[in-house]
Amino acid sequence: MSDVAPFGDFVEKSRTVLGNLVDMTRDISWSELLTFWCGFNHQDDTFSWGSYLRVVYCNDPDNVGAVSRNYPGNYVSTTRYSLVNFIPKSLFEQFRRVANLYFLAIACVSYSPVAPFTPLSTFAPLVIVVGAAMTKEALEDWRRRKQDINANNRKVEVYCRKDHEFQVTRWKNVRVGNVVKVCKDQYFPADLFLLSSSYVDGICYVDTMNLDGETNLKLKQSLDVTSVIKDEKSLEAFDAVINCEKPNGNLFSFAGMLKYGGRDYPLSLRQILLRGSKLKNTDFIYGVAVFTGHDTKVMQNATNPPSKRSKIERKMDKIIYILFSILILISCIGSVIYGIETRRDLDGRRMRRWYLRPDESTSLFDPKRAPLSAFLHFLTGLMLYNYLIPISLYVSIEIVKVLQVVFINQDQEMYHKETNKPSRARTSNLNDDLGQVNTILSDKTGTLTCNSMEFVKCSIGGVAYGQTETEVERALARRDAESSNIDEEVPAGMAGRDMQPAPSKRRIKGFNFRDDRIMDGEWGNQENAEVIREFFRALATCHTVIPAIDRSTKEQFYEAESPDEAAFVVAAREIGFEFLDRKQTFITLLERDFRSGRHVNRKISILDILEYTSTRKRMSVIVRTEEGRLMLYSKGADSEMFKRLSEKGRRFETETMKDIKSYSQSGLRIMVVAYRELNEEEYRTWKEEIEEAKADLSADREEWVHAVADKIEKELILLGATAVEDKLQEGVQECIEMLAEAQINIWVLTGDKQETAINIGYACRLLRQQMQLIIVNLDLPEIVELERTKDREGIEAASVASVRNQLFEGMNRIALANKFDAQFGLIIDGKSLDCALSKKLEDLFLNLAGGCATVICCRSSPKQKALVTRLVKWKMGRTTVAVGDGANDVSMIQEADIGVGISGVEGMQAVLACDFSIAQFRFLERLLLVHGHWCYRRIAMMICYFFYKNIAFGFTLFWFEGYASFSGQPAYNDWYMSCFNVFFTSLPVIALGIFDQDVSAYLCLKYPFLYREGVKNILFSWHRILGWMANGLVSSVIIFFCMTNTMTYQALRKNGKVTDYEVLGIALYSSVVLAVNCQIALSINYFTWIHHLVIWGSIAFWYVFLMVYGSLSPTLSTTAYMAFLETSAPSILYWLCTVLLVATALLPYLSYRAFQMRFWPMPHDVIQQLHRDGAKGNDPGTNVPVGDERTPNEKLSCGGSGTP
Amino acid sequence: MSSTNNAPPSTAAASKRPKYSKFTQQELPACKPILTPRWVISAFMLISIIFVPIGVAALFASRDVIEIVDRYDSVCVPANETDKVKYIQTPGFKTCNRTLTVPKHMKPPIFVYYQLDNFYQNHRRYVKSRNDQQLRDSKEANSVSGCKPEDYNNNSAIVPCGLIAWSLFNDTYSFSRKNVPLNVSKKDISWKSDREHKFGKDVYPQNFQSGSLIGGAKLDSSIPLSEQEDLVVWMRTAALPTFRKLYGRIEVELQENDVIDVTLGNNYNTYSFNGKKKLVISTTSWLGGKNDFLGIAYLTVGGLCFFLAVMFTIIYLVKPRQLGDPSYLSWNRNPGWH
Repeated sequence: MSDVAPFGDFVEKSRTVLGNLVDMTRDISWSELLTFWCGFNHQDDTFSWGSYLRVVYCNDPDNVGAVSRNYPGNYVSTTRYSLVNFIPKSLFEQFRRVANLYFLAIACVSYSPVAPFTPLSTFAPLVIVVGAAMTKEALEDWRRRKQDINANNRKVEVYCRKDHEFQVTRWKNVRVGNVVKVCKDQYFPADLFLLSSSYVDGICYVDTMNLDGETNLKLKQSLDVTSVIKDEKSLEAFDAVINCEKPNGNLFSFAGMLKYGGRDYPLSLRQILLRGSKLKNTDFIYGVAVFTGHDTKVMQNATNPPSKRSKIERKMDKIIYILFSILILISCIGSVIYGIETRRDLDGRRMRRWYLRPDESTSLFDPKRAPLSAFLHFLTGLMLYNYLIPISLYVSIEIVKVLQVVFINQDQEMYHKETNKPSRARTSNLNDDLGQVNTILSDKTGTLTCNSMEFVKCSIGGVAYGQTETEVERALARRDAESSNIDEEVPAGMAGRDMQPAPSKRRIKGFNFRDDRIMDGEWGNQENAEVIREFFRALATCHTVIPAIDRSTKEQFYEAESPDEAAFVVAAREIGFEFLDRKQTFITLLERDFRSGRHVNRKISILDILEYTSTRKRMSVIVRTEEGRLMLYSKGADSEMFKRLSEKGRRFETETMKDIKSYSQSGLRIMVVAYRELNEEEYRTWKEEIEEAKADLSADREEWVHAVADKIEKELILLGATAVEDKLQEGVQECIEMLAEAQINIWVLTGDKQETAINIGYACRLLRQQMQLIIVNLDLPEIVELERTKDREGIEAASVASVRNQLFEGMNRIALANKFDAQFGLIIDGKSLDCALSKKLEDLFLNLAGGCATVICCRSSPKQKALVTRLVKWKMGRTTVAVGDGANDVSMIQEADIGVGISGVEGMQAVLACDFSIAQFRFLERLLLVHGHWCYRRIAMMICYFFYKNIAFGFTLFWFEGYASFSGQPAYNDWYMSCFNVFFTSLPVIALGIFDQDVSAYLCLKYPFLYREGVKNILFSWHRILGWMANGLVSSVIIFFCMTNTMTYQALRKNGKVTDYEVLGIALYSSVVLAVNCQIALSINYFTWIHHLVIWGSIAFWYVFLMVYGSLSPTLSTTAYMAFLETSAPSILYWLCTVLLVATALLPYLSYRAFQMRFWPMPHDVIQQLHRDGAKGNDPGTNVPVGDERTPNEKLSCGGSGTP
Repeated sequence: MSSTNNAPPSTAAASKRPKYSKFTQQELPACKPILTPRWVISAFMLISIIFVPIGVAALFASRDVIEIVDRYDSVCVPANETDKVKYIQTPGFKTCNRTLTVPKHMKPPIFVYYQLDNFYQNHRRYVKSRNDQQLRDSKEANSVSGCKPEDYNNNSAIVPCGLIAWSLFNDTYSFSRKNVPLNVSKKDISWKSDREHKFGKDVYPQNFQSGSLIGGAKLDSSIPLSEQEDLVVWMRTAALPTFRKLYGRIEVELQENDVIDVTLGNNYNTYSFNGKKKLVISTTSWLGGKNDFLGIAYLTVGGLCFFLAVMFTIIYLVKPRQLGDPSYLSWNRNPGWH
């Protein structure tokens, strides 16, 4: 399943698609391995370019060549198991866990005479535990299987040459080379080569949501030569051969060659329709199956995401190792003493304990070979004390986590109505880590902001237009107005969540621009009308938007790759340059002539589109206007665009730069627009070059294309710049404040410019008025100077030195200011970050960053995001959450301890790669502070308790051994013991893990500082774990020694009969079961009827079990026969003893807690008390806004957030 | 949806809003116990109030029990015998006379026990060395698995087999008061379930103690095992190395200062492993035999709880503290980000 070999660029890999089934059982994490490759542009070596290993005989699947190649059919199976291999394979998976293997070993050895128990009693709990886990696996796999069956049996029309017609068949029967017909809104059954479509020019639209999660439609186009094949008749004569690449998982490339009619045509991804995507807006297409079944790209891509393990679980492993050591230690002690005792039993011919017949010995008890006996006894000991290792721990934790996930998924408070998206936990491994986060690394766009772009301002020809006030501007104004109390108006709560900006008139999505100078056709009267016209023409042409009609409202809307682009097209439309239609080679604009006021249809031929990529940071189109002019329109990031201006194109440079600066201060996204007119000759030569580059099939094709594109995108003439506002998401500010109060550090990793980033920081209250800013950047005059020289080494050295100085300076400032309790915010830009993340400076950087409450990394690339995440995770040892919504955040999300995806507008990549998906950033607060806190607390308590109960139980066995000369005789009946973990003590602890709440959700949010219990790992510190273990040890000592002193040799009852082995066993065991169950009753904070049922039920079950088991025939019940009903139950001594021991065993915990509550209460204790005393029965649930009880809140939060 | 107009909401799938239930929203009604001072003090008080009387009662019960313990293992070996093991191993019935004085009036039933010390009836090799099927079923005489080395003798199975039966205690006691023999009833000294379900009524001893090495008592092969109560008692192994086993019952009253003569057959070898042998004559109370530990333990725990209750009361009285005072949060004292 987990094919490790092809470590591609892991970002690519992470765009993993279907079947990202969460694998909870996998213990090995590939993420470390994967991260190793991060940063290297590693070649995918499974695919060798240029060598066409696959030959597809189109329309002729029975061709000898095809048959000899033996391509797999289109049958797809995503199940992990089949009926045949389920048992062995899932068993293997189960026993990959050390603990299970240990128990299996014990169960197997229990057939040998070494074993202290009967084999059946050892096997039973193991079978139950492993059986439960396997049942879970089986159910999950069954679900997958049903999906497979469904997919394999979908119907599709396949062309049958013999019958000259299309025949309906099932997906699984499609073969490589088959021509298939796919109709509107159907999924493609395999990876198809597009022959033709219902459109004349052979285009079709494809919905790739399932593949890359992008919601916009993609345009595919067939080759001209094949686009004429439109019916069965023409298909009859169709014969062609495709040579193409081997099956591989790269969704974004395809290389191949079509041999048709004696000519070769290069193929690209444009002609390939991938399985998993869907035909849209096109009546039908014909396609040839190129890859089928598991060869399809989507299946090749389906790997499991790196599996992560929570901190607590990793620590738990250590505890298990400690327990193993204790186990070995006490077995050693036991066997040494046993060896000595055994040796003494025979001295020559004299027998000491003659009743054991040491003269007639077996190897288990052989005074003559005492070391051997001791060794065998050691094995016995390993089995006997196996109760120290809780067998049901893993399975209980799994059950609990699955239910916790249900709670997260079902939380109504985390459901977003507007997008109809509830929160989703995609893995259950990390629930408890949610409660321990101390650094959040967040993307900005789409995460903190809505990612719904609104065109608000623009600067055209050096004149700034647009009068709308942005949110950031308002925030800045507010900041200036009130210098001191910044938190005045919105208390940290849920108030103000639902307020929506009131629409003034009809709101147009993506357009919030007001300027009378250019609206309503007024632009024609502006001085620079020509420039304005070119500017909006550029916006109307330079894009990849597809117009579409909304079926219900019959309104036109635009399908765009990014919301920015849609905003531009909408802006152009609103000004009077309406983009009407896109055809293969031309687009239609409806232009309003500013002189006449008439609307003119303009047909603009699109010659080339140089697409936007994150490396190029720009896109261009080359068009031929109706007048026959060759124009290149270009838009892109200012850093890229200003470099490419011609001398005379820099006319408005200074003014535009000024505007850009002010826009970025207002937190707006900038795009610079430029154009140039091409001459025919230049274009022709360039066209040849680009065709050649595009036809290339080698690995560096992309680079080549970029290089060629670069050649024409130069000498541009600046038109202006657009400014698009991305509104902050609802509740982001409150959420950030609350997270800050919980002392979670928030790092924002954004691609924005420094000014934008800082202002957004203020707007969402990441940066506060009283915070001091430490800014590290390389936009220094001397560096800029150096950059002109192009002396790479010099620049690098100077940069490193400069960054080092700035970092040191920052450290000094922090050191100086520490006395005054000041808070710092660090802002660092991408270039400096590169230096800061180098080996030499990373420690310094992290030290500095560690001292700052907020860190903003601007202009950072996806790679840097992942790198920062990794550093914070490994070097600072912090638990990190990465929050993001786009493909560029995937690496960060997978790198972090917990990846949270915002299921927003930018597609699904992040969501597919994440561990938890939420619809809005503000839900993070509930996810962490409520669910995280609870889950952490529950799991931590659960594990501690597990160790407690098993130590309490296991050690009574050891003490008993001390009284049985370490002979390996267990104190209890075998079946009592096997039931201990499974029946008598498991349900209460599971109930604890599922339901326990220290304080209600409302209080969790009211007192965010409560979260620090998790960050500081108070509930699962060694201190506490060892405390619980000690408690278990003390309980076992109290129970065992008091019991053996009470029920000694005297009469047990009035009838004079004495305590025997069985009675003592029952008495001890009852005390242990009662004590551990009462202990959990004491430690539970939240007692529902379920708790009552399981706790008292477990105890009752023990007695019922005793009676039932004791009443079975003596053949089955052996020593337990009637032991309870006849002997123990009528004995008052037995009952008094149990009561005494249970009370005594609980006394240490009770008094410890009493002292703790009085002298050093834990935060949740304080809050519990506060709300019990102050507002008894007045815990108003979750929906009541904060209001009446502000006083304690403020009192607490002051100290909490550390604000002076 | 990166379109300028959102996808049509009318055709949207049904709302994915999670259904409300108290369970999924984690709002099940619950009581939330908190360790408030009042609770703590009352809990401790309650324990002490309950425990102290029980302790007193248990102690009284234990004091009411009259118990005579006589260790005879060393006394019953002739003084000139240096090798006690050799002495005990020499064949022949070794009688020994002991006199006991009754310290207080003893009401019947008076139980006679023997007490062994340092005898590991709970040794794994020992515990396992029996065959329950054989004991129960006359047809299973040949199932001797687990009984090694006491399984066969002269190629025929031993009934009852195994080390436990083989090492059956064989000291005997007979009592007389003022030369009038005191009758010791051996009836009903074992558990009824043992007699009726674990030892067969038609299983007779067979080939028992016929080997070269004789462990302990011999059995009358004409009496079925279920009636061999000494064996039944012995076969119910003790939990700890010091144990008593019921020998019989004296059904007459013993007066204070009665002198009882015991004639005992000192046959059982505890000398090889330095085990003590004691003869115990005891009455019982509602709580069983004489053991002060339970009473003392109850009193101690009760007292401790009382002490804790008082201490907490004093603490809260002397230095009352506003409950839930946030200033007690440790990290409030040193704010900071670390």
